[in-house]
Amino acid sequence: MAEEMRIVLRNYGKIDPLEINDYIALDGYKALEKAKAMEQALLIADVKKANLRGRGGAGFNCGQKWSFAYQAQADQKYVICNADEGEPGTYKDRLIMENDPHTLIEGMAICAYAIGATKGYIYLRGEYPFLVSTLNAAIEQASKKGFLDKFSIEVRSGAGAYVCGEETALIESIEGKRGEPRFKPPYPPAEGLWGKPTIVNNVETFANIPVIVDKGGEWYASIGAPSYPGTKVFTLTGDINNRTFFEVPTNTTIYELIYKFGGGIPAGKKFKAVQIGGTSGAFIPTELLKTPVAFDAMSEIGATTGSGAVLVLDETRDIVDVVTRIAGFFEHESCGKCAPCREGTARTHELMHKLNEGFGSSEDLELLDRLGRVMSISCLCGLGQAAPAPVLSTIKHFNADYYAKLV
Amino acid sequence: MDYKAIIAKYRDTTGGILEAFNAVQKELSYLPEEVIAEAARIFNIPAAEAYGVATFYSMYSVEARGKNVIRICESAPCHIAGADEVIAALERELGILMGESTVDGLFALEFTECVGQCQATPVITINGEPFFDVTAAKVPGILAKFQK
Repeated sequence: MAEEMRIVLRNYGKIDPLEINDYIALDGYKALEKAKAMEQALLIADVKKANLRGRGGAGFNCGQKWSFAYQAQADQKYVICNADEGEPGTYKDRLIMENDPHTLIEGMAICAYAIGATKGYIYLRGEYPFLVSTLNAAIEQASKKGFLDKFSIEVRSGAGAYVCGEETALIESIEGKRGEPRFKPPYPPAEGLWGKPTIVNNVETFANIPVIVDKGGEWYASIGAPSYPGTKVFTLTGDINNRTFFEVPTNTTIYELIYKFGGGIPAGKKFKAVQIGGTSGAFIPTELLKTPVAFDAMSEIGATTGSGAVLVLDETRDIVDVVTRIAGFFEHESCGKCAPCREGTARTHELMHKLNEGFGSSEDLELLDRLGRVMSISCLCGLGQAAPAPVLSTIKHFNADYYAKLV
Repeated sequence: MDYKAIIAKYRDTTGGILEAFNAVQKELSYLPEEVIAEAARIFNIPAAEAYGVATFYSMYSVEARGKNVIRICESAPCHIAGADEVIAALERELGILMGESTVDGLFALEFTECVGQCQATPVITINGEPFFDVTAAKVPGILAKFQK
């Protein structure tokens, strides 16, 4: 059975987050020094070799993303840290920023050197106002020690918009606009913030970088599942004994997460379903629990690794009620830019509500299923495309729960 | 502090209208029309665009509301942990419904989606400060801190 392995949370509880010397004493900023002695292309090649894939949910190859921005010709490039952690049930990025802000700053500084950027932003969700001073203090300390000599970082706060986790919506928000996603392409590494080449990476992604640079891409690539190597932080919520977080290698199975790390279901109740990756994740039944949590293995069962949120439901839970609440979430968070999402999330919520109240028919259920499939291929951004996943997966795996509520 | 002085501090921050709005709201709890007009002027954008920003983000309010903004998470992890009971307790204790403010202008009651404190559900925040494992019994004690 897999054991917990801490890479991004390696300093958790070991250092005073507001004391840079604690971080330095644990070899902090040595990776930045090492990176700066390397040629940019070779540094990026090593990150590519690590096969580190974006930990925000999309799973794009980080080194590859960097190479696009490195190759882009521009007078100004930007590095943005996506700290708009809004996926319900997720608080991994807060853990990293609260307990070890320097690992994030070091990761960003390495990226800045690699792609040739001089300016960086941390886009912090509005719900974490108490982290602004922590981050600013850490930036100031790093700057005083000379680690940010050719790179400055500014913290920008959001104001409550889930869609701003989408990288182009986030960029719009930093530009001082409504956080509505852009049409892609062009992608941010070609044209991002103020039209300049921009790297947007998640907090957890950046936190991996110092360790990868220190120990080498090959070492990192050997951990966990080969196609999505390394570790992933999971946060366990719902009907679970250990309502806490774990960082585990990516070949850990869902079963291990729930029963080994999570300690199983409380009060001797039976497992019913688990939703992984946040509120846009699929609900997974008992028979699929042997699936590893890595990106591609999850895709194969129609699920996602996502942000690493793990919501466990026991046998007493009304799954149609929970999905109705989730449908309400998406109606609220849809930015309204594209019709399939704006209308689709509202109609999905309406239909779910009707079914949940016991007024739905089998035609409604069919319509809901069809609407979900249309949305997943026609919405502009990831929000709308993923929004139907909880509905579609529960119709598929927990059909009886829906039928029990039909008129 | 005067709202004009607050906004002026962000004059040289490119795209800094959100920072300005965040700072004003800390003082006034909402964004009055004159704040939006002033921000539009300072950041050199049409008033409609500034209003668009003010109405896009869920933490902004363009209507007057209570000084202490209580937000209750209604995302799935809090929902199944019993957020409904907390909502009922808050409504009862304050004598208002969700979305309303108390007549003394002290409290506003709002829904929010996940606030990222899911290790201790259900969660509420007051002026951004999170309170953990909230139960109906804990509500009066939490409110008392802000009733001075």
